[in-house]
Amino acid sequence: MKIEQTVQTTPQAALEITDLGVAYESTWVLDHIDLTVKQGEFIGIIGPNGAGKSTLLKTLAGLIRPSRGEIRFPAARGRRHPVGYVPQRFDLDPDLPLRARDLVGLGLDGHRWGFAWPNAQRGRKIEQALAQVDLTGFADHPAGKLSGGQLQRVLIAQALVSDPELLLLDEPLSSLDLASAQTVVDVVHRVSQNLGVTVLLVTHDMNPLLPVMDRLIYVVNGQAVIGTVDQVVQKDVLDKLYGYDVEVLRLHGRILVVGDETASGDAAGFEHR
Amino acid sequence: MTWYQYIWAPGIWGNPAVHTAWTAGTLVALASGTVGVFVVMRGQSFTGHALGDVGSTGAAGAFLAGVGALWGFLAAGAVTGGSIEWLGRRVRERDIATGVVMAFMLGLSALFLYLVSIYTNASNAPMAILFGSLFTVSPSLQPALLGLSIAALAILALIYRPLLFSTATPEVAQSRGIPVRLVGLAFMLALVVAAEEAALAVGAILSTALLIGPAATAARMARRPGMAVLLAAGLAVGNIWLGILLAYDSYWWPPIHTGWPVSFFVTVVSLGMYAAGGLIQRVRTTVREGGR
Amino acid sequence: MFPPGLFTLQFMQNAWIAGTAIAIIGGIVGFFVVLRGATFVAHAVPRASFAGAAGAAVVGQSSVLGLGTFAVLSALGIASISRERRHGVATALILAAALGLGDLFLTIGHVYAPAVFALLFGQIVGISTHDVRAVLIVSVITVVLFAAAFRPLLLQSVSPHVAEAHGFWTRGLEILFLLLVSGAAAAMVPVVGALLAFSLMVGPAAAGSILGKSPLQALAWSVAFGVLSLWLSVWLAYLTFWPIGFYVSGFCLLFYFAARLIKR
Ligand SMILES: Nc1ncnc2c1ncn2[C@@H]1O[C@H](COP(=O)(O)OP(=O)(O)O)[C@@H](O)[C@H]1O
Ligand SMILES: [Mg+2]
Repeated sequence: MKIEQTVQTTPQAALEITDLGVAYESTWVLDHIDLTVKQGEFIGIIGPNGAGKSTLLKTLAGLIRPSRGEIRFPAARGRRHPVGYVPQRFDLDPDLPLRARDLVGLGLDGHRWGFAWPNAQRGRKIEQALAQVDLTGFADHPAGKLSGGQLQRVLIAQALVSDPELLLLDEPLSSLDLASAQTVVDVVHRVSQNLGVTVLLVTHDMNPLLPVMDRLIYVVNGQAVIGTVDQVVQKDVLDKLYGYDVEVLRLHGRILVVGDETASGDAAGFEHR
Repeated sequence: MTWYQYIWAPGIWGNPAVHTAWTAGTLVALASGTVGVFVVMRGQSFTGHALGDVGSTGAAGAFLAGVGALWGFLAAGAVTGGSIEWLGRRVRERDIATGVVMAFMLGLSALFLYLVSIYTNASNAPMAILFGSLFTVSPSLQPALLGLSIAALAILALIYRPLLFSTATPEVAQSRGIPVRLVGLAFMLALVVAAEEAALAVGAILSTALLIGPAATAARMARRPGMAVLLAAGLAVGNIWLGILLAYDSYWWPPIHTGWPVSFFVTVVSLGMYAAGGLIQRVRTTVREGGR
Repeated sequence: MFPPGLFTLQFMQNAWIAGTAIAIIGGIVGFFVVLRGATFVAHAVPRASFAGAAGAAVVGQSSVLGLGTFAVLSALGIASISRERRHGVATALILAAALGLGDLFLTIGHVYAPAVFALLFGQIVGISTHDVRAVLIVSVITVVLFAAAFRPLLLQSVSPHVAEAHGFWTRGLEILFLLLVSGAAAAMVPVVGALLAFSLMVGPAAAGSILGKSPLQALAWSVAFGVLSLWLSVWLAYLTFWPIGFYVSGFCLLFYFAARLIKR
């Protein structure tokens, strides 16, 4: 039995990953990942297509069992759900008899047996969660008819309502127009500040996150480094990660990683599926 | 002979066959309508239809083996449902697995029915097994139907929330520790019970019509999941009642004293209900958008 | 092994010719059925066309005519009430309605039961020279349609968005695909029966798509498996007089399992 450390330097670690390795069949998709995330940090997970970003997030969410290594959530002791997971964008059937309220409600008590009997407290919690993502008044909207950005925010509310220590978001900005993407970034940032939730947000374009993220995890070919933008997005660091020469350009406050043939970090981005 | 007996034929209340059909049909409709909502939401229409269809294999097999038809139906359903769950983990794979498994079960059915027609004198057994009529349901079947309907509804009530969660956002549900595959398996069990019960009592054709038509209509019209379930159950019961009524009336329609089959009426009402639901929905959206 | 008459009897020659033709079109149409995940449609269209044959029997018309008419009508019916991502519901409801109609025809038309049994489960001894001609004509039309539409259909099945961007008419291609399925259905039902025709459109093609590394390879495997299972089935059905549909569906399942095992 492991004895948890009770005395820690503040802020406490929200996530500790040691020597993590994940393999699909016989190929290692993630290898030797070591990193620690502090409580309340806003972390961007950046990297080209197929780098292993979704795999990392799914492993943290408990959807994939690590082949090696350890994942711990020291700060989440006592909470029922250490993580709230928001999956990569998917389409809901527009005819689904499901309201935004029902989706959020499932985040609250979807793991319980039987039906959810309506009660005022439950309704209040759901509406509160929707208010946190700026969707007051959308509670009774059909879930399948929400726009991409709205559905993304409902799923964030669904994750928040279970009071998680970590919020994991997989490509929440892909296939959104600039304004909706900005709304999602703002909402997540505010939530992390107000509720003290630790955020791990995957994106192939780091620029929308530059003003809000504390540090980033840069993933290439199953390897990852963590640090601030200035520490990580450097030619020498990235050359080593990619294994060949790349250029880092800073233009008008934007950052472009050139030479990465899978996903140049330009704003147009790539359709990521 | 008055005009209204074409619509409300005399003696419908006193007729024992109609009475049995009424009870059996209602029990079946309650289970099918309710389970159907999740079938439609999960995109499992093909599986639902296949389970009803393979009932004929079980029926013919049971006839050959000399055991009760109910066991044949349930066995065929369990084998088919189990194989589909086992072979088809991913959605696209699932429909292919359903097709291949179902084809084989129907092939077996062909063989069994052929053997039935060769080794027994029941030359009409194949037709009865394939098309079955609600008016020939034996009253002794009623307790079994009641038990099966209760079983299907009980499973559904028990797993209601995890099932809804795994249906709407499967990955999130799994990240919450919900055993999504196990929930899917439990739902498959409820589906097997509902579909085989329906295939036994009202035939494979009606099984599909009652499972999909009312549920798809309700899913389209209702906004909240609980409402969709209640509406589907109500529509399914209404569907079978209307079918029985029209079939009874048709005794007086041409060719007179033949009677049109219940399955014809139930399937037509089921399809019509879905089309009407679509129309109402379109009118509602137009009105709402016009008002803005 | 090879009892007398297997190749010399007139109706057996008919069975070999018609059987080979439907196995080939089953394999090629099945290629798209599997690629598009449209197994339910492949099951529903031949099954629904059974009602047409029953109706034709009532009014005294040729059953192939009835089959063809209902195959096309059910395909168009499915296309017209289908909604995006909910083809299953439309297919199920059109199928149920067609079967209800078939039941009605059988009831008021007093159709002879063995004839119905043959239509449902297929019977190789029943194939007349007239049937062979009809099957061949429908098969040729289906093959020509298939060849003409191969590339747009392939593109649309694999990446619908790209096809749309190229200006292909999505709904038109969908209807074209459904017409291919109805053509195959009309040709198959007289030989292997309404219940089992779809096994030739699913099993061989599914096995082929598992083994083939490119579309053309998958297509070739699909046709090869289809023809092989049909030939074995005709032979065994002649030996045992059991319904041919039983053997066809059995071999299709066998090839599918074999392909999955090999791939693993
Ligand atoms: N279920 C799977 N089975 C096998 N390989 C997979 C699976 N999912 C992802 N991969 C592979 O793992 C690698 C990382 O994928 P992913 O984590 O989705 O990358 P990212 O999200 O960074 O684009 C890719 O090469 C991908 O092809
Ligand atoms: Mg990804």
